[in-house]
Amino acid sequence: MIIKMLDYVGDYGENKDIARRLRIKEIMPALLDGEVVILDFDGVSGATQSFIHALIVMPMREFGDKFFELVSFRNCSATIKQVVQIVSEYTQEGMASEG
Amino acid sequence: MKITFSNVDQLKSFNYFLRTNELFDSSNLEIVSETNWMNIHPACISFAAAIAAEIGKENSHIKVRNEQAAIYLDRMGLYDFVNDICPVPYMKHEEAGRFIPVTKIKTESEQSQFIADLHPILHLTVDQAEVIKYVLGELIRNVIEHSEAKNGAFVTVQYVARKKKLSVGICDTGVGLRASLERYHMPVDDLDAIRLALTPGVSGTTLRSGGTGDNAGAGLYIVKSIVKMARNYFVVYSGDSAYKMHKYDKRVKYGPRLNEDPFVDKHTAYDGLPNFGGTLIGLDINLGNEEEFSRTLEKIKVSYSQAIRARKKRHYKEIKFE
Repeated sequence: MIIKMLDYVGDYGENKDIARRLRIKEIMPALLDGEVVILDFDGVSGATQSFIHALIVMPMREFGDKFFELVSFRNCSATIKQVVQIVSEYTQEGMASEG
Repeated sequence: MKITFSNVDQLKSFNYFLRTNELFDSSNLEIVSETNWMNIHPACISFAAAIAAEIGKENSHIKVRNEQAAIYLDRMGLYDFVNDICPVPYMKHEEAGRFIPVTKIKTESEQSQFIADLHPILHLTVDQAEVIKYVLGELIRNVIEHSEAKNGAFVTVQYVARKKKLSVGICDTGVGLRASLERYHMPVDDLDAIRLALTPGVSGTTLRSGGTGDNAGAGLYIVKSIVKMARNYFVVYSGDSAYKMHKYDKRVKYGPRLNEDPFVDKHTAYDGLPNFGGTLIGLDINLGNEEEFSRTLEKIKVSYSQAIRARKKRHYKEIKFE
């Protein structure tokens, strides 16, 4: 499944309600079915940490290693890449402490 | 209530602005200024508008002595929130490129629209707009999600193109930081609540390190860090306390170090201020390009992970050695 983020968020990802909807209605069901998910940020210039957090933290926690096998990010600007990495790192730090 | 504007209410001396306000009688509001000219920080405008909206337009008034001051406040949108009209007729110029008058934002969709309109209104390039979209995206969302403010967020933005400097004020009259954090944390007072709110990984929605699926407790820390890296001022006022992060000296060659504890940053903490039930945030930021912003985020990424690791380590049980 390819999710064209531009179609949902416009040119900037800051609306957490949209992130949450995408997570619940698209990402989680696809991962449950073992489907590959590509988040394509083509045309999106940036995103806030809150937005990316609402989009991916729950699937990361629920699916663990499977998340990293099945989910990838495409056409990310330098800013989006950094924000995704920030969220990914602190989430994994939190997961590690919970065992 | 009485809010007094001077002609130098900028973040550098923001404590003077905060101390002169009288916030004890909530039956009416008087916004006054005795000065002949005015160039005040957008945080002052947001603050006055938020309180006027809380008290009610019919009970709020502006009393200024000087015509230019009245015109200035009218252009910044403050007369829209009081029961007066600007006493001076004047030709309204296009504000584009210089400021966004105080705007009330209550919903996610209003937030998205406001952020989408930012760079054309302020005449910023897409690159320059990245940082301000980020900062406002986080701050407005915080108000909508956590403040419980019935009137939402009051946002004012000013841009000085010559210095590439943006000044932002965002205010709400919600429950304030202390009440917002008390559900899961135990701030001992308003200043402690501000400190916790600026600490990475502290969220008002959970005790869990790393946050919930929807909140991480990272937003304010990242915004403060962006301002610090840009070597500018950052102010938070809530309850009877305020925190002002000072400018990082431009002569220091290597960039600022990002600290987990906001009280380790060069700052001034104030308590005993007039008690304000909501939260006010003011900041200045210099606009760079996307590459600089990306480098800033890289630094924040490293500091954030270190902070989370350090916090975890503090919770490790100690081995007894005899």
